Amino acid sequence: MTDQPRRKDLLDIQSLSVDEVNGILDAAVPFKDLFKRSVKKVPTLKGKQVLTLFYEPSTRTKSSFEIAAKRLSADVTNFSVSTSSVVKGESVLDTIDTLQAMRTDYVIIRHQMSGVPEMIARHTDASVINAGDGYHAHPTQALLDAYTVRETFGEIAGRRILIVGDIKHSRVARSTSRILKMLGADVRVFGPGTLVPDDRPEWLQAFANWDAAFAWKPDAIYLLRVQRERQDDQFFPSVQEYHKFFGITAQRFARVRDEGIYIMHPGPVNRGVELVDAVMDYDRSLINQQVENGIATRMAVLYWLKPQSTPLPG
Amino acid sequence: MTKETIDTALDRVAASIADRYQDSSPVVAGIHTRGVIVADRLRAKLAALGCGVRSGTLDISLYRDDLDNLGTMPSLKNSDLPAVDGVDVILVDDVLFTGRTIRAAIDGVTDYGRPRKIELAVLVDRGNRELPIQADYVGETFETERTDYVAVHLNETDGEEGVFLLRKS
Repeated sequence: MTDQPRRKDLLDIQSLSVDEVNGILDAAVPFKDLFKRSVKKVPTLKGKQVLTLFYEPSTRTKSSFEIAAKRLSADVTNFSVSTSSVVKGESVLDTIDTLQAMRTDYVIIRHQMSGVPEMIARHTDASVINAGDGYHAHPTQALLDAYTVRETFGEIAGRRILIVGDIKHSRVARSTSRILKMLGADVRVFGPGTLVPDDRPEWLQAFANWDAAFAWKPDAIYLLRVQRERQDDQFFPSVQEYHKFFGITAQRFARVRDEGIYIMHPGPVNRGVELVDAVMDYDRSLINQQVENGIATRMAVLYWLKPQSTPLPG
Repeated sequence: MTKETIDTALDRVAASIADRYQDSSPVVAGIHTRGVIVADRLRAKLAALGCGVRSGTLDISLYRDDLDNLGTMPSLKNSDLPAVDGVDVILVDDVLFTGRTIRAAIDGVTDYGRPRKIELAVLVDRGNRELPIQADYVGETFETERTDYVAVHLNETDGEEGVFLLRKS
């Protein structure tokens, strides 16, 4: 494995090459190994400033990035959006000027509008990591999902992954299906008719029902989270209905277990909606591994990126 | 150095280590990439001398002090050390030059615990230190200028054996 050229920003999956993706996944392996040591920290990013800027609520992704940055010895500041001047009407670009003056090396941003991280990346010397923008992309989720599939199956190529849920509004579905496809997996989707977009990529086939999906013999089923907070526009009648038609019910779980199918979920799980409680204790549920792998892959991303704010040699 | 002189040099290093560690079994830890190979060879020689040692490997990329200057991401290998608390650790590398790699390796080892002692064995010491670091066991000493290049080629990584000193004219 040759050394990978570094980039300034990580904004989406499609701008990465297969070599770059593999380089990040390879680097995540020794990072995960560090978690077994008594000192889980390395001095790699000592003295660097990491800023998290979340315009949308998130506990998991934000903490995951925070732990990743701290295990690399960076200093982390949460630019708490709801309490900051954002509510006082400061524009995103004004905020960026402020960050620039603060000499931030890495900005981790989540925003409800697609494209905001890219705009910020253009206006700052800091490395920008997209932690989710609108319906567009969530590249570190995709990387941790790919890492988890690779760790579980040894190789991603040839594996069959079924993504279930709201495909249309999911940046997770968009980024994760793309990275898995890129690495040679066969990815298909299943979900409510209103939430499986017709303009999806040609290679992303959709199933009409569970029987057809099971008959395809998936290696893993990736359940998307039902975004209850986004249920203002009713795309399906109720969460009970969703569970009945698209969730892993007790009956479907029996089939999942019989066939040894792995279960993935980006978290947090709505018990009784995407899946029944019993799935959480299933030995082929990869949900907790995804969380742990999230820290390792985010460390690898921070290690790989090169802020322009760092002084040139000499 | 040739295949033969490399082997003789490592014989000498192994003999000195065996001499000092008759009763305890130190951890002999190779630094990636070629230090791992040199450590493997030393362990084989030590075993032949009846000196029992434990093995380890160390990747120091995460402890480097020059990441800011790198345009590429150094690929990472797994570090694999046994418990080092209260134990003697002998770090092994192919070439000792500025001492910065060894500084990083010492930091790396101490993140695994508190060894009783850390020593250093190298195949070649080429001088030009930038830190107050010295080796305890040296296979061969080269007089070099800072701008010279010392290339260590080992069968396992390079398909040939030899240490070459390239003078910058």
